[in-house]
Amino acid sequence: MTLALRPSLVAALAALALPASVAAQGGAPAGESGGAFTPFLPGMIVLLPLLGFLANGALALAHGKKSADAVRAGGELDLGERAQRPLTHTLPSLIGPGVLGLAFLITLVNFSRALGASLEEPVVVHYWTWMATGTFTVDAALQLDQLSLLMMMIVTGVGFLIHVFSVGYMRDDAGYPRYFAYLNLFVFFMLVLVMGASYALMFVGWEGVGLCSYLLIGFWFGDKEKSDAGKKAFIVNRIGDFGFLVAMFLLYATFGTLDFVPIFADAQLTTSLVYGGGLVTAITLFFFLGAAGKSAQIPLYVWLPDAMAGPTPVSALIHAATMVTAGVYLVARSSVLFALSPVGSATVAGVGVLTALFAATIALQQYDIKKVLAYSTVSQLGYMFVGVGVGAYAAGVFHLMTHAFFKALLFLGSGAVIHSMHHAYHHTHKHDDPQDMRNMGGLRAHMPITWITMWIGTLAIAGIWPLAGFFSKDEIIWQVAAFGGAVNAPYPLLYTLFWMTALAAAMLTAFYMTRMMVMTFHGSNRTGAEEAKHLHEAPAVMWVPLAVLAVLSVFGGWINVPEALRTSFLGLGGALPMSEWLHHWLEPVTAGAHEVQLEHLGEVAHAAPVGGGEVAWAAISFLAAAAVVAAAFKVVGAQKTVPAHDAPAPTGFANVLYNKYYVDELYNWIVVQPIVRASQFCWRVIDATIIDGTVNAVGWVSKGVGWGVSMFQTGNVSTYAFVLTLGVLVILGVSVF
Amino acid sequence: MITEAIVLSAILFVIGTFGVLVRRNAIIMFLCIELQLNAVNVAFVAFSNLFGIDGQIFVFFVMTVAAAEAAVGLAIIISIFRHYESVDVGSFNLLKW
Repeated sequence: MTLALRPSLVAALAALALPASVAAQGGAPAGESGGAFTPFLPGMIVLLPLLGFLANGALALAHGKKSADAVRAGGELDLGERAQRPLTHTLPSLIGPGVLGLAFLITLVNFSRALGASLEEPVVVHYWTWMATGTFTVDAALQLDQLSLLMMMIVTGVGFLIHVFSVGYMRDDAGYPRYFAYLNLFVFFMLVLVMGASYALMFVGWEGVGLCSYLLIGFWFGDKEKSDAGKKAFIVNRIGDFGFLVAMFLLYATFGTLDFVPIFADAQLTTSLVYGGGLVTAITLFFFLGAAGKSAQIPLYVWLPDAMAGPTPVSALIHAATMVTAGVYLVARSSVLFALSPVGSATVAGVGVLTALFAATIALQQYDIKKVLAYSTVSQLGYMFVGVGVGAYAAGVFHLMTHAFFKALLFLGSGAVIHSMHHAYHHTHKHDDPQDMRNMGGLRAHMPITWITMWIGTLAIAGIWPLAGFFSKDEIIWQVAAFGGAVNAPYPLLYTLFWMTALAAAMLTAFYMTRMMVMTFHGSNRTGAEEAKHLHEAPAVMWVPLAVLAVLSVFGGWINVPEALRTSFLGLGGALPMSEWLHHWLEPVTAGAHEVQLEHLGEVAHAAPVGGGEVAWAAISFLAAAAVVAAAFKVVGAQKTVPAHDAPAPTGFANVLYNKYYVDELYNWIVVQPIVRASQFCWRVIDATIIDGTVNAVGWVSKGVGWGVSMFQTGNVSTYAFVLTLGVLVILGVSVF
Repeated sequence: MITEAIVLSAILFVIGTFGVLVRRNAIIMFLCIELQLNAVNVAFVAFSNLFGIDGQIFVFFVMTVAAAEAAVGLAIIISIFRHYESVDVGSFNLLKW
């Protein structure tokens, strides 16, 4: 078996390392910035996390039974002192982050090569033909262009930092090797998602990350609630996946292929699709259904807050920085299609802005530190969709990137807090909730590094100048206003409404994030006198990633300072060498969409609907956000917070928000209960009564007939002889006459 | 000539069949079966006069089988008699449902 497997494995490795052909689609003209782009081992970027998965998976299997028993028992496995731990619990610390670090370095080489080369057309690296049926072929091919390179940088870079953090966070967990196996597998699928050169490959990654998300949410499967959260995520995502699949079928029916390059070239020429036509609208809406599932938008966002049941670094990597942004990537990747459908784009923007506001209001009244961040993520994803929905694809992707920095930072910071709280409670055997902010307070004194870095993340997400979130979120909000004011904008009033809603939601963001920081780090400590002695700062392996992400959260926004702001005070007074760098960098990817938009909608506006230019509104939104942060600091600081078990139940509208608008209950009532009842009908009536009844009836009838016929067997020889003779006579009679 | 032989064979066979059906004594029933076999033998021999030697060869087979059957059948009857002190077939009816 192993011998037979080995040559094929070697062949596969060789195939990955040596591409069959590297093709720059079309004749790439040599630009002014340098020669053609040569990819550097792109296959290895994908392969390394897969190898990590195999190695860690083998270690996990070697330790599988003991670990599974420990998880089922709900307790922790005594792993002994650090020095004497078995290899299964020490090797993953090297393999897990190691493969990611290598993949990041290779990505970095590719990225820097792309910076110095002209990359007008995407480079597609073919490895082998994955499937070929009739005229339909799907190649295992990777596409390298500005968008996928940027996503690869985020996935491997932020992923590496989170892997390093995990070494500290998960060190004492019984399932340590299993954790890293899943995490590496996730990165593998995420890279397939962003690097695949066709919708089919993207779908492979799309499903794979969904699987890993399920595995990691239910990582502590001994707890029913946690394994249920995993199932919920998986099932809700299936609804979205249905949309993705239908959109793919429509694309294939229209273009006869699923490869990106020919589809987008064809779509831009509008030979198969009509601008604003029903077909392209259907395709984009079905794609958006998929995106709404994966990226947790209304109405499919309900799984993401529950997904916080997973380990906190998982929440940071999968449910904040990378996987949930796949929907945004999908829309940005399909920008030409979305630009062709004003209805599709308006839906994306509308759902995005509604989600941004809706989730932000829920976040105001959550007490679980991770739930606040979860709803904040849903809200920020809404902003990204607003961006890509108004044709500002670069702005959406820009916010995706900065959000990956500061949200990963915030989640990892909350992980450090939970880690510390958990240890404190562990020492005194107290069973309070280590994630409830009402039990925290005053942690600033115990964990200063976490405190500072998380404040940076909070100010970044709140949109405080000059941190990353200010530039990215403000750009999106501005683009909504500009798009609504375009010459032939489809629904100008609607976009004005979107713009004001987005501004309001940004203020809510500033409020709930400040509330979270104040409740966690400021005021007096509510953990308990004995427990507080055991609160401690995170170890270096955990705080170093925090520090790196904090630096990125500060400077990450500077790569895309709007041109209008450049020379003003807000644009750092012209100190930066470039403006809108990311926008220009992504231009080859988004050019098609922009041409379509320019042709049909005309120039976008240069003033907000109520007057005022970009600089003025950027200043207003910064000042408003700063005012809200200051106000929230005062208001929440003045509130008397009591520990969770003494806290009164929230009342009035606060209670509605605390219960998340009862959406879960509503879904339970509208969707889950009817399905349960229909299933019970199918089970009790159709299966148990009709089908089982028929089968049993056949049995009973046979039994009855057999019983009746057995009466003929009297045991009397004379009777037998008589019947035998009679039979012979009958046969003779029949044959003679 | 053949007609008389066939008639004799038919009479013997009917007597045998009738005996098997109406008598209760196992020995008598056994003898009646022998009678049926020999009725067939008579017919075989008669027809061999017309159609060749095959009929007579079959008679030997029938006689051999009848001898074997007699041995087995009598053994069964003796063993039944030892058990029940009777050879009335009406009283043996255990082999039923």
